[in-house]
Amino acid sequence: MTAANSPTSRGASVDARGWGWRHAGRTGWAVSRLDLRIEPGERVLLLGASGAGKSTLLHALAGVLGGDDEGEQHGRLLVNGGEPAAARGQAGLLLQDPDSQVILARVGDDVAFGCENLGAPREEIWRRVQESLHMVGLDVPLDHPTSALSGGQKQRLALAGVLAMRPGLLLLDEPTANLDPAGVIEVRDAVARILEHSAATFIVIEHRVAIWQELVDRVIVLDQTGGVLADGRPDDVLASQGERLSAAGVWVPGRGHGMPIRRATVRDVADGTLLRAESLAIARTKSVVVARDLDLTVRAGSALAVTGPNGSGKSTLALTLAGLVKPAGGRLEASAGFADGAGAAPIGWTSRQLLTRVGTVFQDPEHQFVAGTVRAELAVGPRALGRSGPAVDSRVDTLLQRLRLDHLAEANPFTLSGGEKRRLSVGTVLATQPRLLVLDEPTFGQDFRTWREVVALLLELIDDGTGVLAVSHDSDFVAAVADREYRLTDRVANRQPAAPR
Amino acid sequence: MSVLRVPEGTQAIFRVNPVAKLAAALLLAGVLMLTIDWVSALVALGCEAVLFFWAGLSARMFLLRTLPVWLAAPTAGLTTLLYGQAAGQVYWAFGLVHVTQGSTDLAVATTLRILAIGLPSVVLFVTVDPTDLADGLAQVVRLPSRFVLGGLAGLRLVGLFIEDWRALELARRARGIGDGGAIRRLAGQAFALLVLSIRRGSKLATAMEARGFGAPVRRTWARPSRFGGREYALVGIGLLVALLAVIVSVATGNWNFVLA
Repeated sequence: MTAANSPTSRGASVDARGWGWRHAGRTGWAVSRLDLRIEPGERVLLLGASGAGKSTLLHALAGVLGGDDEGEQHGRLLVNGGEPAAARGQAGLLLQDPDSQVILARVGDDVAFGCENLGAPREEIWRRVQESLHMVGLDVPLDHPTSALSGGQKQRLALAGVLAMRPGLLLLDEPTANLDPAGVIEVRDAVARILEHSAATFIVIEHRVAIWQELVDRVIVLDQTGGVLADGRPDDVLASQGERLSAAGVWVPGRGHGMPIRRATVRDVADGTLLRAESLAIARTKSVVVARDLDLTVRAGSALAVTGPNGSGKSTLALTLAGLVKPAGGRLEASAGFADGAGAAPIGWTSRQLLTRVGTVFQDPEHQFVAGTVRAELAVGPRALGRSGPAVDSRVDTLLQRLRLDHLAEANPFTLSGGEKRRLSVGTVLATQPRLLVLDEPTFGQDFRTWREVVALLLELIDDGTGVLAVSHDSDFVAAVADREYRLTDRVANRQPAAPR
Repeated sequence: MSVLRVPEGTQAIFRVNPVAKLAAALLLAGVLMLTIDWVSALVALGCEAVLFFWAGLSARMFLLRTLPVWLAAPTAGLTTLLYGQAAGQVYWAFGLVHVTQGSTDLAVATTLRILAIGLPSVVLFVTVDPTDLADGLAQVVRLPSRFVLGGLAGLRLVGLFIEDWRALELARRARGIGDGGAIRRLAGQAFALLVLSIRRGSKLATAMEARGFGAPVRRTWARPSRFGGREYALVGIGLLVALLAVIVSVATGNWNFVLA
């Protein structure tokens, strides 16, 4: 493909001159005193601790930060010498969450959406749609329903939609954080193909450095206290700032030290069985069986990892074992010691009986928040058990400290950062000290720091005799935590298209 | 699962612009609402029964999709029968219940009317693709594109809400607060869904803006929405059915103008 019909126009330059932004209603500046020049065609990996304002900068460059009622600006931020918001379509922004970027119901229409908004002629639009879909390697019919795409496909669809606008500045905000390993590769390869044929300036935010390291020629590290911490060639910056970046939560390649380690070895306790499944069949909703003939045992003081491709029923299995979803067939029995007088079938337990037996951490922490403050959120479980005020308070205080959430005790759970939300969701479950912990993708989209904390916490619990069952795509996590792995395969034929989670 | 699942079929009705289907349904409903008598409704229903053969639906699909109408019509009829305005001979009375000549007539008319308006509306809309409807509303009816596309994109979120609702239900059981009274639990869960919906909505709005939605240029449309012979024909059929219903009703002296 020649430069003349390349899918992106000429690269745009970026200039920040003492730029800063404060979101309306906040006391601190998200970004401040930023001075920066990015030349047309440069490829930049933007790093920084969470809260350093990386996303804010990208949103500003895309012109979607909003006007004066959304926040306050100082200094100037220019794309190709002009205000970003005045030149929509010049910058294309790809966001993190695949689900919230699908706009229309059919693949072709979704890609065309941006071109329509920019007023491109009809024939030109469809030519660009074809070209962009080809570029990201999404070979489905134009009328293919967008709801039937996997996470990786949805991200490539959104990328095609951005490309079709022919942006001079391509902005990616953690585009692979919510994807499984296969999806990460899909998106990375699609971007690599685009960059090969394009002169566009490229900026990507990602705390897993290894994914993009080979594709960028410059790394910029934003300082949490304002301005730029480091700026230069990837190897130089990672070598000089590696330690600092790693401590700030960035996954720097070759920096595995400080990883938590299991203290006790696996104790093969004969009577440690908590749950036993025999020829178990699981179904997400009645009648849609996603897997059958499953045999497994969940033990105390041991961690079982459930792995497998998207749509193989990992989450459904976890929810079934956790006593939340009814088995579709076969047997699922709790040992007498675990049931403790509550009946052998976990699905028959009351919500209150579950609290001290199984704690479930959902993939999306927001689904399990039910209170207005972090403190109240942690107290929900103990209160449901009818514990007294002082006992609840002391338990909550311990957890707040342990999870480094004490300074946020009065904050609304929904306003927390991704890592804080994850820690809180684990904390709400630990509050009632369940004997079995079920976690669905506990490290999804987490930075290195939170990852390390979650792993350390789980190892401690396992050593203390808690049983852990974790659904995970994260091979590092499985290697660090799991004693055994249970792999689900794509066995059931004629299944619905892969569910997004 | 998606509420935007594209309906499939090769019959002529699938190619008719949704705006024409909307117009035909509204026209029929508008005229039939002007009167409450059983003759006009029955005439309309008779014509519709024949037209339904071209509706692009199998018998099973027809019954499944129109089931709510079949349930609603007799329910409304029964209510009218028992509590409708009493007039003429009293057949049966018990407390507030008065079954009279007048309420019987009214009940029959109400039942038939709901069927005559409800069935064609449902049948016409089963074959409507929301994207095509939005295209039509914006290009043919010339409604503001911001409003139409915002609605269309929002509709896609409904499928996600259903998943959210399910996850919220399970999470509440897991958190130990799933045992209490159903009403209180549902209220709390509905509020949580509202919070999640607003967050999803604002994320979607950002994604749309990032694709130039609301840019200060004249928007173009990738998919043309045309209103031609086929569309005029469908609206014409709707008009004919409505006229026939009115003429027969007036001719037989049954026309009962609601505003009179």
